[in-house]
Amino acid sequence: MDMTFTSPSLWPAMPEIFLLASVCAILVIDLFLPPRWRHLTYGLSLMALLVTAAMVLRLGQGLEEPQVTFSGMFVLDRLAVVLKSAALLVTGAVLLYGRDYLRERQLDQGEFYLLTLFSALGMMVLISAGHFITLYLGLELMSLSLYALVAFNREQSASSEAAMKYFVLGAIASGMLLYGMSILYGVTGSLEIETVASRIMEQPVGSLPLLLGMTFVVAAVAFKLGAVPFHNWLPDVYQGANTPVTLLVGSAPKLAAFAMVMRLLAQGMEGLAGDWRDLLMVMAVLSLALGSVVAIAQTNVKRLLAYSTIGHIGFLLLGVLAANPMGYAAALFYVLIYVLMALGAFGVLILLSQRGMEAETLDDLKGLNARSPWLAAVMALFMFSMAGVPPTAGFYAKLLVLDAVVDQGMGTLAIVAVLFAVISAFYYLRVVWQLYFEAPINGSAVVASADLRWLLIANGGLVLLLGILPDQLIRACLSAF
Amino acid sequence: MFQLVLFYAFSAVLIGAALAVITARNPVHSVLFLVLAFFTSAALWLLIEAEFLAIVLVLVYVGAVMVLFLFVVMMIDVDLAALREGFNRSLPLGMGVVLLIVLELSVVLGGSGFSGKGGPVPLPEGGSNIRALGEVMYTQYVYPFEIASVILLLAIVAAIALTLRRRPGRLVQNPGLQAKVRPEDRLRILKMPSETRD
Repeated sequence: MDMTFTSPSLWPAMPEIFLLASVCAILVIDLFLPPRWRHLTYGLSLMALLVTAAMVLRLGQGLEEPQVTFSGMFVLDRLAVVLKSAALLVTGAVLLYGRDYLRERQLDQGEFYLLTLFSALGMMVLISAGHFITLYLGLELMSLSLYALVAFNREQSASSEAAMKYFVLGAIASGMLLYGMSILYGVTGSLEIETVASRIMEQPVGSLPLLLGMTFVVAAVAFKLGAVPFHNWLPDVYQGANTPVTLLVGSAPKLAAFAMVMRLLAQGMEGLAGDWRDLLMVMAVLSLALGSVVAIAQTNVKRLLAYSTIGHIGFLLLGVLAANPMGYAAALFYVLIYVLMALGAFGVLILLSQRGMEAETLDDLKGLNARSPWLAAVMALFMFSMAGVPPTAGFYAKLLVLDAVVDQGMGTLAIVAVLFAVISAFYYLRVVWQLYFEAPINGSAVVASADLRWLLIANGGLVLLLGILPDQLIRACLSAF
Repeated sequence: MFQLVLFYAFSAVLIGAALAVITARNPVHSVLFLVLAFFTSAALWLLIEAEFLAIVLVLVYVGAVMVLFLFVVMMIDVDLAALREGFNRSLPLGMGVVLLIVLELSVVLGGSGFSGKGGPVPLPEGGSNIRALGEVMYTQYVYPFEIASVILLLAIVAAIALTLRRRPGRLVQNPGLQAKVRPEDRLRILKMPSETRD
């Protein structure tokens, strides 16, 4: 044992440390707040997220080489900066979108905000993991908070059922991840991602234990992403949870799951790319097929968006399986745009859930144009973007992924992906049809507070803007690899 | 040689105890078999000179967790008949899947490609496990150690959030309010003309 231990540099991990300190402070403050001051917890949580995001961006300025600290447990590279700042901002937007909904149903307890902050912290740890142990701990921190959030509304049995499914299946996925990691440890003798990568290169090609460990890890990653055949939890959880929680589960954790794919597959198992690529290819095609076909039969919008998520995950996997920096950058761009679109689409559903009523079915969207033209326009924009219609950002996202796949000589795969994208356009356009060409069932006007309205307009504007001027973001994505 | 004999003996007891945990008819017996399983795994750890882990396993799991478990099992009186319903029906399928997995794993891992690089390193003369653990726990592993503590904090917050509810309509007395009560809060004096008997 070397006794010359120098204390690690805390600077690269400053945002995490700040967020943890804020969580602890808010935990204590919330305890002593009288109920009528509850909004203070909300304000402080939002502020903590924004300040942390600003710190991440500040650290990322002029960052060339990855900074490693805590004995290789923590990595701050450009990928981490992009994903962490996006995850924090998205979580902040989730809090904003959910505020009025939660207040109306008296769910705006301090614990809700604390659990959200804990899950954001988990995402940051997971994104910056340089070691299997920190990756696993970050994943658990994030997932445990999400399980509790899904079960948060105990009055609804659907929420409890969804939380139970999510928890049990999530535990199995964690078990698979740990088992895969332990096999990789047995073969390589290390848990540090970089060391694992270099030791895998020394192994003979087609080493069976290595492939076994890889398969378990891929299965666990696929579960967290929600790729077919590990997607069963997704529609039930999306439908059963309260809409703000669905918004959280469906947005920022996807960024963290993408980081997990990058750290484990692209960095840790770079040497096995030829093998995991085949697995991802099968899952990508199945996800695209299931996501576009089964969604057609859905009448519940949350369930429909869940299946649409599965389809989008298929596209994301296409970018990853190109297994080169261009493909990874395309996948990163895709997941960022996807999260923006999901944020907006669920945000509209939250806004529509008013006066104790839940907006969940397609019927609730009927004739929205007559009730609130701007809301209908924004929702239509998100639907067009999800379908991949130019000039929205969704078009570029799909284009970049397909470009990367074709570049690798997998033209057939690209054609299959386009076919399924066309099929999925059917149900997105059906939503648009409901918005504009059906008579409203519930004719009451939609009331939205000014900040929510601006947030939704900004969200929609960003989707449109990134579709017209995507260069900046594409360059940022390319520089992350 | 003697160690190898001990290893197989303890392993056999461990596997037997683990099987007994899920097959015992009485839940109290299940818990006791689980205690046995923990004890035997502690013995296995002792064999590879991980005495600290062995002691912690006995102290924490057997001493604290299992005793609590035993209390709960005795108190809630689990109805095993209801739990076991369908057990025999899904047994053949489950056994088939398990056998298949074991077979596949043994084929894959039979030719062992494990490096042995991560195996237990023999302690230097006069070294101790606790010292070695302490040296890395707060230095090399300080980051995961802290995250693990955050997860425990999260578990507390989540458990409270999911179970503590101030339900309206509960018949709970508030002593402070009761002491402050004044006669006029409880007693209403009505002015009314006196009734006369005719």
